[in-house]
Amino acid sequence: MPLYVALTYTRDVDWTAPEQAGDLQGYEDFAKSAAAVIRGGQALYPTATATTVRVSGGKGGDVVTSDGPYAETKEALTGFYLLECADLDEAVKMSAGLPAAWDGAVEVRPVIQFPA
Amino acid sequence: MDAVARLVREEGTRVLATLIRVTGNVDLAQDATQDAVVRALETWPRDGTPDNPRAWLLVTAKRRAVDVIRREARRAGKEAAAMDWTTDPQDESAETIHDDLLRLVFTCCHPALSLEAQVALALRTLGGLSTGEVARGLLVPEATMAKRLTRAKQKIRQAAIPYRVPEPAELPSRLSGVAATVYLIFNEGYAAGGGAALVRTELAAEAIRLGRLLAELMPDEPTVLGLLALMLLQNARRDARVGPSGDLILLPDQDRSRWNPGAIKEGVQLIGVALRRTPDRPDSYVVQAAIAACHALAPSYAETSWESVVSWYDVLLSVNDTPVVRFEPRGGDQ
Repeated sequence: MPLYVALTYTRDVDWTAPEQAGDLQGYEDFAKSAAAVIRGGQALYPTATATTVRVSGGKGGDVVTSDGPYAETKEALTGFYLLECADLDEAVKMSAGLPAAWDGAVEVRPVIQFPA
Repeated sequence: MDAVARLVREEGTRVLATLIRVTGNVDLAQDATQDAVVRALETWPRDGTPDNPRAWLLVTAKRRAVDVIRREARRAGKEAAAMDWTTDPQDESAETIHDDLLRLVFTCCHPALSLEAQVALALRTLGGLSTGEVARGLLVPEATMAKRLTRAKQKIRQAAIPYRVPEPAELPSRLSGVAATVYLIFNEGYAAGGGAALVRTELAAEAIRLGRLLAELMPDEPTVLGLLALMLLQNARRDARVGPSGDLILLPDQDRSRWNPGAIKEGVQLIGVALRRTPDRPDSYVVQAAIAACHALAPSYAETSWESVVSWYDVLLSVNDTPVVRFEPRGGDQ
């Protein structure tokens, strides 16, 4: 069965802050209602905690880190779910139940399943 | 196009629709169908058209698809999966073929594909045009079009866009997506005008052909009937729209004897059928067709029933309240 990742893009929130409890509840409700198709997923710390890593001069070169996310966008990647769905229509229908879909956007991407 | 070529093209679309379902692979189905079509065009004029042309094409295309799958499996050093779908093509009932075509329509016009990808896919698969023809029709370099089609087919496969007819609940919105795609194709051709290359103006005829296919597949859907009526009524004025030097002639100055009475009659009849389906809330395409019919039925510009035109515009506003409608000039210019 196809596997999809649903990337949630929202305001750059700190899910651990007490004032996010209300928003978090929306995701817990989603997790309950979509339990049959959810194969995994996590919430992420805000982009202020992100570190972008590059190696200059090819493999084995100097590790260069910079503070912040790879892409600075208005809406930030704040979490992801792994969904196992029959097809894209089902994946879209499930993703439309994520609060991020109305608070921001959800990017649905098919996951490559390499043969074992 | 001669009779054999037309038959092969029409049946080819049906065979392709079935083969996509059976193989689950648009590219493979397209190559195999293309192969069968080429063989038919080679052998039928010489040996005569088979009793069941569709079955002949389907068997030939399926064999070809199996060959390709086996060859690729061998190259990958794998055993080809058992394929039990090479058996009897007579199994494909009229109903199955009907449903396969519908599946193809809704997959080509899936909202997860960009509108330009939908247009290209519809012309290539449902219309049976070559990639080069699609490219020239849409004024895009052939390599760009080939890439666009490949990307669309890749997305269908990799993102698992389903090959199915939408549920009744989602049908209205999906259907309006299909209609929008076909109408866009029509306007690409219609707006091209007289000076444009034939391949471009041919898009209008191609869109009407797709509209007829939709009406055949979904004879009870007002959207589909209204779309076909609208395209027929606009296209009926086509010859009168262009002057000898290729310049555009506006509605008041058109020679109405050059309008196509057969297309007008058919369009008006379709409007009648569609209006009887949903008299309380007519579909937006049906209303636009009714406006076109007001012009088409007027013996002269001065004798146009502007009262009817205006009241249909009011209906259009109520079913489809968008700024575009509100600002549209009420006289109509073409």
